[in-house]
Amino acid sequence: MSTIEETPKHVGQAIRRKEDPRLITGRAQYVDDFVVHGMLYMAVVRSTEAHAKIVSIDGSEALARPGIKAFVTGEDMSDLLAPLPMAWAPPGVEMKMPERWPLARGEVHHVGDAVAMVIGEDKYGVVDAAQTVRVEYEPLPVVVDVEEALKDEILVHESLGTNKTHEWSMGGGDVDQAIADADVVIERRIVNHRTSGAAIEPRGVIAEYRQGSLTVWSSTQVPHLLRLFFAVQMGIPEDHVRVIAPEVGGGFGGKLQVCAEETLCAWASKQLGRPIKWIETRSEAMAVSHHGRDQVDYVRMAATSDGKITAFHANIIQDCGAYFGLLTPMIPELGAFVMTGCYAIPNVKTDITGVLTNKYITDAIRGAGRPEMTHMLEVMIDQLADELDMDRIELRRKNFIAAADFPYTTPYGITYDSGAYEAAMDRALEMLDLDAFRAEQAELREQGILRGVGFSTYTEICGLAPSRAVGPKGFGLGIGLYESALVRVHPTGTVTVFTGASPHGQGHETGFAQIVADRLGTDPASVEVIHGDTATGPMGLGTYGSRSLAIGGVACAHAAEKLALKCKEIVAFNLEADVGDIEVGSGKFQLAGDPDKGMTLGEIAGCAYIDATAMPEGMELGLEQTLIYDPTNFVFPFGTHICVVEVDANTGKVEILRWVAVDDCGPAVNPMLIDGQVHGGVAHGIGQALYEQVVYDDRGQLITGTFMDYALPTASEIPTFELDRTETKSPSNSLGVKGIGEAGTIACTPAIVNAVIDALRHEGISYLDMPLSPLRIWEALEEARGRGDGPDDSEQGKEVPPQGEGSAGSGPTIPEGGAA
Amino acid sequence: MGTTVPLQMTVNGQAVDAEVEPRLLLVHFIRDTVGLTGTHIGCDTSNCGACTCHVDGESVKSCTLLAVQAAGSEVTTIEGMSGTGELHPLQEGFWAEHGLQCGYCTPGMIMAAADLIQRHGPGPLTDEEVRKGLEGNLCRCTGYQNIVKAVQAAAEAMGKVPA
Repeated sequence: MSTIEETPKHVGQAIRRKEDPRLITGRAQYVDDFVVHGMLYMAVVRSTEAHAKIVSIDGSEALARPGIKAFVTGEDMSDLLAPLPMAWAPPGVEMKMPERWPLARGEVHHVGDAVAMVIGEDKYGVVDAAQTVRVEYEPLPVVVDVEEALKDEILVHESLGTNKTHEWSMGGGDVDQAIADADVVIERRIVNHRTSGAAIEPRGVIAEYRQGSLTVWSSTQVPHLLRLFFAVQMGIPEDHVRVIAPEVGGGFGGKLQVCAEETLCAWASKQLGRPIKWIETRSEAMAVSHHGRDQVDYVRMAATSDGKITAFHANIIQDCGAYFGLLTPMIPELGAFVMTGCYAIPNVKTDITGVLTNKYITDAIRGAGRPEMTHMLEVMIDQLADELDMDRIELRRKNFIAAADFPYTTPYGITYDSGAYEAAMDRALEMLDLDAFRAEQAELREQGILRGVGFSTYTEICGLAPSRAVGPKGFGLGIGLYESALVRVHPTGTVTVFTGASPHGQGHETGFAQIVADRLGTDPASVEVIHGDTATGPMGLGTYGSRSLAIGGVACAHAAEKLALKCKEIVAFNLEADVGDIEVGSGKFQLAGDPDKGMTLGEIAGCAYIDATAMPEGMELGLEQTLIYDPTNFVFPFGTHICVVEVDANTGKVEILRWVAVDDCGPAVNPMLIDGQVHGGVAHGIGQALYEQVVYDDRGQLITGTFMDYALPTASEIPTFELDRTETKSPSNSLGVKGIGEAGTIACTPAIVNAVIDALRHEGISYLDMPLSPLRIWEALEEARGRGDGPDDSEQGKEVPPQGEGSAGSGPTIPEGGAA
Repeated sequence: MGTTVPLQMTVNGQAVDAEVEPRLLLVHFIRDTVGLTGTHIGCDTSNCGACTCHVDGESVKSCTLLAVQAAGSEVTTIEGMSGTGELHPLQEGFWAEHGLQCGYCTPGMIMAAADLIQRHGPGPLTDEEVRKGLEGNLCRCTGYQNIVKAVQAAAEAMGKVPA
């Protein structure tokens, strides 16, 4: 008898997306496209100071303007039952957590901190009114640089007595001993600078409180978590709260947050009895949609003289910003879980220190901790190759975990599910033709043309997550990370799938439909996937952490498989056959060996809903299945990314000439969607490596407040990608699938840094921090060539750069010396 | 709302007659007054191009124009691209080539690309021409590669073959 898994029909196909017709015709509805009868608009008055006491707030002029209905400050909202949440409380870790309320109470801690809100009838009118609000501040000292903040000379929150929020360590083996015994030890200070998620749709909220019930439309990745939080914060029973994430215009982690503005709209709607709408401007998004990355990493790697890596240690100083967001202190820890990457490194240690500064919060942005960790590891592998004068491919090969050694348990006790690292790297090398490149590189160098190639061999941890491992008694998250599915076959045989995952561009409606269709012998066109509405499906955890397919998709598969069993029993009853002889065919459930005998899903549903006599005695009528799937392990996608660059010797400008990538995320459900995720993921990393940086000046003023100053890559800055895949099944789930949403971003940045160093190494430049702006490279070249004064921050290129400030990025559009 | 002025224009072939504030942006006129929400807003500085539509046949970032500046003009939005129910070759191209993910930038991309194809002479649009031509439109999801393919496929379908 054939099984369902052996006869996939739609899984594996690059079918066109079911989402697209409404999106390409302008008929999709994002939050800002909804109008609720009686709706008022909200505008936020934001702090112009990075740190100050609020002496007074005068909204009288605003209130006097036509159409203005309310003016609200933090003191007015004292009835809130809880501040904005942070969801990670690791057992045994002392955490100093600043309280964060939707409107500041007495003091502001970063530029953009919400001070008051104005509500009125006209969307232009509320902005006008907000500008008339007079806030008197008594400025307090400001600390912007994370290592300055660590000295506790200026406190972000006086009441905490320190800027250090917590320390967290993880170790395996004996790093100190291994370093003492090593033939070679290299140390680097690596800065992973602050970036913005920069989804093109800014955040938006509409809240309507009506007769004891609250409905919120929000541009969010986590509608169910929002509902839970509204219940806690506003004291509304959870069953009376409905959160809808309609079409969401990109997230990248930036909408994995419980936001002040969501509470402001909900609270105001309850007070005023009118629906309230707030739509973020881009300037607000740059200031108060959470930022990502922002670590200073002191890294040590030890090895034998023949290139066996014996130890890796990272001391991570995390710039949290002025408060904690939903997951802020957890971000570096997520990276620590894959600190050893693809390599069998016996002695490892991660020390993390969380630090507050007078900047906006950092939190999960595409990759969340894993890009930072992969960056330090892959950059250090190249630095070690230079130190050992060893081929960087051979160094990787020598330290790879062998394909035969999976499942592989790392010194941290994390069990990698499956991997075939050499196969992916070999395929990528074949696509690149390294020998031809090296010959060309040498030839062009004679002509003064600087080209380089950089490698990044990565594995990452995703498919978040086994609830026992990450929940309150495990890693310390305030909730498990299971996912739900409800598969409902309608009386006519069409199917609706409700998922707790909450996509914002990934294509769940297509991929999940392919999975369910194969299991129910129908076509994806007959399977509608509904998401993002807490009133329509079971509790779900949303979309982030490359979790949707490996958790949400598997939940759909399991629910559909349970339904398929019921279908088989109904068919067996009607055909008077043995249930074991019924198989899922194309378009129907059929008798094995005699496929002419069978029933379509519509015919089966007809039995289940219409003719009870066609159902086995005692079988429950109807045809639907709800299921919560909780995985037993994470999944670990992997691959090799190769970047070829040309560096302009006169201007320092980097151009990416080629991007070769071989990723392995298990068997493909829809290869077209996978390629799309890799394209976008790598482009995101290219943005960070070369162009993007959130910059504050030394008074905490945001310099990159719009897309004029924050350089998102355009089509001209992104190369044409050369992609391939290998497929190694994960034993963690029945589909064998992993995740791909973040892989490109995680793999990307070290490949670029390594490529640029490869182009400049012969000039005497051995290391550079991101972003690799023309100015930074030009200054390094000038210094290396003994011209000019070089940059002020002259640690660039030195073996062990001194501590302290100075690694702020710089570029033609980014002023010098701002961010930590 | 302050003083208003009368304003007439044609949007997707339909005459529109309204009273608007002189400071009203064209994009808000299209979205809030006319009620066509396919034209999106992604920035305050005319960088992202999500609001791109056509004014008298040329692509315009509708957040850069006051509504009154388009008085008497013919405006086309994404909703007007498939008026007869048939998809425009660009819409077909974006669908076939997976040229979109979250879809937020897509209407603006399509409107900008339509103008790009229109302005381009005979002969195929090169990769570089498309990339340069769409520099005013930002996409965070796709990495642009499939957008380029989508525009090239549409250009071919629209008869931009080698002369």
